[in-house]
Amino acid sequence: MAVSIESSRIIHDALVANGVRLVSALPETWLVHLIRMAEEDPAVTLVRLAKEEEGVGISMGAHLAGVRSAMLMQNHGFLASINGIVSGAQLYRIPLLMLISRRGAMGERDPWQTEGGLVTEHVLEALRIPYDVLDERATVEHRIGKAMTLAGSALRP
Amino acid sequence: MKRLEALEAIKPVLDENIVVTIMGAVAAELQSLGHRPNWFYLQHAMGLASSLGLGIALSRPELRVIVLDGDGSVLMNLGGLTTLARYRPSNLLHIVFDNGSLLSVGGFPTATTTGTDIAAMADGAGVPRTAGVDSPDGLRDAVAAALESDTLTTIVAKVEAHYEPPRGTAGFVTNLTLLENRFQFARHLERLRN
Repeated sequence: MAVSIESSRIIHDALVANGVRLVSALPETWLVHLIRMAEEDPAVTLVRLAKEEEGVGISMGAHLAGVRSAMLMQNHGFLASINGIVSGAQLYRIPLLMLISRRGAMGERDPWQTEGGLVTEHVLEALRIPYDVLDERATVEHRIGKAMTLAGSALRP
Repeated sequence: MKRLEALEAIKPVLDENIVVTIMGAVAAELQSLGHRPNWFYLQHAMGLASSLGLGIALSRPELRVIVLDGDGSVLMNLGGLTTLARYRPSNLLHIVFDNGSLLSVGGFPTATTTGTDIAAMADGAGVPRTAGVDSPDGLRDAVAAALESDTLTTIVAKVEAHYEPPRGTAGFVTNLTLLENRFQFARHLERLRN
């Protein structure tokens, strides 16, 4: 799915339709539109982070407080969050909905994204974190909803 | 002062508010004062207690949240100070027990023994109110002033690098399991909504 205002709008609307009221984010070029939409939407509280792992703590707090949240991050941000995910969210059985931009995949032009692109899915699998790929607009809302349902029933990221 | 004396000095305030602590001695000592359902102990994910407290404070503005942090934990999540300061929730009080030591893992000194000043760092991060205290009375007064101000405050309380496992505690492990604490706390926050 190409990065565009239209596809970002579909993802943002799917998050809101699925009850997300708090979004944490660290900017990256693919996420610019999504972050702007979260900022402009009065239904959503946007928390701008210094480092992605903070978002794990914030989402844990939001969950304990009864608020649905989502984390917007690049795959390198996911890689930077792993201790928080393992010894926070997984240890305490707290669902996390992570939207991870998949940098370093086929067609990647930025050399610095390529190593992370090679390992991201393997790391997700090693952590036993189920994932799906949002690659067509028509199924975005459905897939985000299903991801949130599974996270909530399994009480895991 | 000993950290336990500091906790005892502010116990009435901790009883009445939502409390999030870090792992190790702080969690074990607070539990030894008599666990309450409004207290959550983040027993790992070092550094994230302040972020977790921020998540609660932003999600539930009607609650008042007190984070009991430590120097080693703050130093692991210094960027988190800038996020706290950016959103500066008026319902969050951030207390840092600074014993200058990674006490639970061998007592090695942290950078606060070599000149790092956490209150100054919080101030530099943009936290609107900061204070430093070194006695139980000083902490009690600083906490009262912070709550009165209704402004995000970081209080750095200098304490001794000292820990004796309270009765019923083996090392740092108490008889309250992590998940029991987690579900009880979430249920308590849910009840407070109704």
